[in-house]
Amino acid sequence: MRENLHRFFRAARGAGVRLSPAESIDAMRAVAKVGFADRTILRDTFLLTLAKTQDEKAALGDCFDLFFDQPEPQSPPEDGRADQKDQPGSDPSSDDAGDEPAEGLGQLAQMLLGQDRNEISAAIANAANAASLSDIRYFTQRGIFSGRILDQMGIQRLRDDLDDLAASNPALAERLTHALDGLRGTVRDTVSQALTLYGREESENLRNEILRNAPLSRIEPRQVEQMRRLIRQIARRLRERYSKPRKRQRRGHLDVRRTIRRNAAWGGVPFLTAWKRRHRDRPKIVAICDVSGSVARVSDFFLLLIHSLHEVVDDVRSFAFSGHLIEVSDILESKSPEAAMAEIMSKVGFGSSDYGNSFVDFERGWMSAITPQTTVIVLGDARSNNLDPRADILRRIAERSKRLVWLNPEGRMAWGWGDSEMPRYSTFCSVVRQCATARQLERAVSDIVASYQ
Amino acid sequence: MADIRPSAAIEAVESGLAAQGYIASRQIATAVYLAQQIDKPILVEGPAGVGKTELAKAIAAWRGLKMIRLQCYEGLDEAKALYEWKYAKQLLYTQILKDKLGEVLGGAPTLEAALSQLHDFGDVFFSKEFVEPRPLLQSLEQPAGCVLLIDEIDKSDAEFESLLLEILSDFQVTIPELGTIVAVAPPTVILTSNSERDLGDALKRRCLHLHIGFPEQRLEERIVESRVPGISQTLRKQMVGFIHEVRTLDLKKLPSVSETIDWARVLVLLQASELGHEVVKDTLNVLLKYEADIEATMPQVSSFIAKATRQNVFG
Repeated sequence: MRENLHRFFRAARGAGVRLSPAESIDAMRAVAKVGFADRTILRDTFLLTLAKTQDEKAALGDCFDLFFDQPEPQSPPEDGRADQKDQPGSDPSSDDAGDEPAEGLGQLAQMLLGQDRNEISAAIANAANAASLSDIRYFTQRGIFSGRILDQMGIQRLRDDLDDLAASNPALAERLTHALDGLRGTVRDTVSQALTLYGREESENLRNEILRNAPLSRIEPRQVEQMRRLIRQIARRLRERYSKPRKRQRRGHLDVRRTIRRNAAWGGVPFLTAWKRRHRDRPKIVAICDVSGSVARVSDFFLLLIHSLHEVVDDVRSFAFSGHLIEVSDILESKSPEAAMAEIMSKVGFGSSDYGNSFVDFERGWMSAITPQTTVIVLGDARSNNLDPRADILRRIAERSKRLVWLNPEGRMAWGWGDSEMPRYSTFCSVVRQCATARQLERAVSDIVASYQ
Repeated sequence: MADIRPSAAIEAVESGLAAQGYIASRQIATAVYLAQQIDKPILVEGPAGVGKTELAKAIAAWRGLKMIRLQCYEGLDEAKALYEWKYAKQLLYTQILKDKLGEVLGGAPTLEAALSQLHDFGDVFFSKEFVEPRPLLQSLEQPAGCVLLIDEIDKSDAEFESLLLEILSDFQVTIPELGTIVAVAPPTVILTSNSERDLGDALKRRCLHLHIGFPEQRLEERIVESRVPGISQTLRKQMVGFIHEVRTLDLKKLPSVSETIDWARVLVLLQASELGHEVVKDTLNVLLKYEADIEATMPQVSSFIAKATRQNVFG
């Protein structure tokens, strides 16, 4: 039973529940007290001792059900039997045939012909153990493990038997082939289940890794939801890193005023000292995002990221433009990401971008939003359709702000080609960087927030 | 035999708490049972008003133990939670014993001799008499054990969490002048949190983690039944059904169990026999604590009452 518990802990880790050895010891002690008799109590016990957040509880609950419910894989053998029944009239004869020539066959062949489901499941479980199926991590390993399990069960011998039978007893050979197909199916199911149990986290990591490096503007619609989840993860990581208390070490200059006040009770003899602390601002961000054409998707994810950073960032104001510019902070705050983006697109999207006009809009309406503590982030490809770029406004923005960062989803190679105004704009920017993938997005935002620390 | 006992013991916990007027779900009872069995604190999380604090009180009453409560808030520190030196008493005693001290040290010919004599007395003024025990230390000193409730731990600072770690894992505290004080009898520790901030992993690791959410309809009816015995069965079913409908709305603060109980009391006081439109409208402020929430619920009241009544007929 202890072996089973260890397997369960491994499965729980696979499901994304962080288990320390201490926690597994606690769980073992608790289980020793409550026993295995009552399933619901056992489940509650694991939920109490192992899972430490709401999400983990849900994940662990699912994992528990999957693990202890492991349905004995029966359906494929059933299929095999159904196949035989489909052959009209062959039933009685094949049944007779199954009993008679069984002596010369290998163990696996006999087992398959005997159609004892329990025996087959037990054999699969044993072979799975021998092939250490619980080490499976990636979906690419499915084939290897299926092969190993079948080898363990003696498929080699079965093939020999099949070859022999093909000549001597074709009917039996056909039956055996059917049964073998059923067995293959069962083993495949067993491996898939093991993968969902033990490999979920690793597979997810692998997929996320691929997703992080995929260009944001070209991801498929079905990946959008995954990408949003990834962006939320990134936001959480940034929050954890940068929302630490802002107390500095005691160093620097003595704060004379506070020291005297604090030591008034001792007649001004300075027992307790107070030190001047360097005051650190939280980032103030003004984000100006192009939402036309191919840049729209990147802007979407960028806005989602910026607006998920409440704990870290004091004040975010976002603006979206293509032909003209509007403020979108309220829309993003009050609606779900999908609905907000849809509304923004309906208001300003789908036009050809006009950077000059949009900058004019910004200067007229919201220039006062920029203070010397503000970082201004412009996200766009700087392709202004050969209209007046109004780089002079960008210069004034740069002068008013702490920093001006330009994020461009296009590769550096393309800057300055065609109608790109990037070289002209980049002279006024503190930083210009490419920002096409989730990874680059994370780096860019992380650097911006870090510059305030 | 060992297999039968736990479930029976858990039921015993359930009925024991029920006798104190606390209707616990199976999961809560399991947590209480396990906490007893493997000597671990319980960290209870959940929305406000679902009976996290009540749970500690019920356990204390059920087992006939003293309950010691430590309410956490921002800036709570060692001196208020663990122990403090009684400065005034120390000062007073030194003044009173001044003559005595002079007498004892008078015989010493040199300053060094006086000093060494003084050393022989040991730390008279830093002994247990001069320690003012605060809730955490008190809980360790109870000879019969006790229930220690650390309420709203999420309101305290991260530093305070670290202070708790020693107590939670080993049931002991270390006072530099006195050494380590080990619990006479390990207290049952309950920590509650409203999840205002994430607690540290070190703290979570040392506890059983129990999440209490809003109860199911049946359970909530039983809770109301035990807390407000005067209410009729039909009204009880209707009002609990109504509250469950309200909880499906997107409100600032959803009504929790404590609001349900308050509302039941109000309805009994108004001698309502059935959930009527007027009564609900007049008493909605008992249930909802924000103006915006009341406005959002008002238009739905009739349909919710209808639903709750229908449920009552069929269910």
